[in-house]
Amino acid sequence: MKKSNDVIIRSVTKVAVVIILTFAINLFISGHHQPGGGFIGGLAFASALILLFLAFDIETVRNHIPLDFKVVAAVGVLISVLTGVGAMLLDHPFLFQAFGYFKLPIFGKTELATAVLFDIGVALAVIGTSITIIMTIGDDR
Amino acid sequence: MIQTILIYSLVFLSFAIFATIYRLIKGPTAPDRVQALDALGINLLSGVAIFSVLVRSTGFFEVILLIGILSFIGTIAFARYIERGVVIERKQSD
Repeated sequence: MKKSNDVIIRSVTKVAVVIILTFAINLFISGHHQPGGGFIGGLAFASALILLFLAFDIETVRNHIPLDFKVVAAVGVLISVLTGVGAMLLDHPFLFQAFGYFKLPIFGKTELATAVLFDIGVALAVIGTSITIIMTIGDDR
Repeated sequence: MIQTILIYSLVFLSFAIFATIYRLIKGPTAPDRVQALDALGINLLSGVAIFSVLVRSTGFFEVILLIGILSFIGTIAFARYIERGVVIERKQSD
């Protein structure tokens, strides 16, 4: 087997992963009023991680990102359920959401909603599940 | 005037998409199919871009970026499979 030459793909990946991660966070943040949200933000984040796994190898990425993605998925589902149940503790229906307008230092008048917490849980669940599926298929151990 | 040009370019782009779908189904070897898939993604992306100019909306920019990213990653995965026989490597190969 000839020696592999990965200079171009690795150089492109180091730049492109930053762009894809920024775009994923933008999709996640803009999900309240515009197209986007937790699910598609998590999928874009997972595609950036898959690009890392493709360009480098499993050992290198696991040494630098020491996360068990099954635990990430479980924590995401737990966060989503807890934000739903937390509304019931305050005598509101399940999955009730509240929002308000606050004055922040840099952004000015900003709308903050509790649906973002639920979306964080959804995004973590999607990232954990998709990376676990890809690793289970791709890892021949 | 510009509307007519945009609609004609959409029609020709859909012709190009049908041609690449023919190559995707008929293509005798695997590299033909991979190249057809990449060209299909690029044609779809430019079709969405022209459509967003036609309806004068900025709501399709996320779609354009997502199709570009997914087409890029898919092409890299197929190319690695053809070249190495394995998509995700286990250890550092060199």
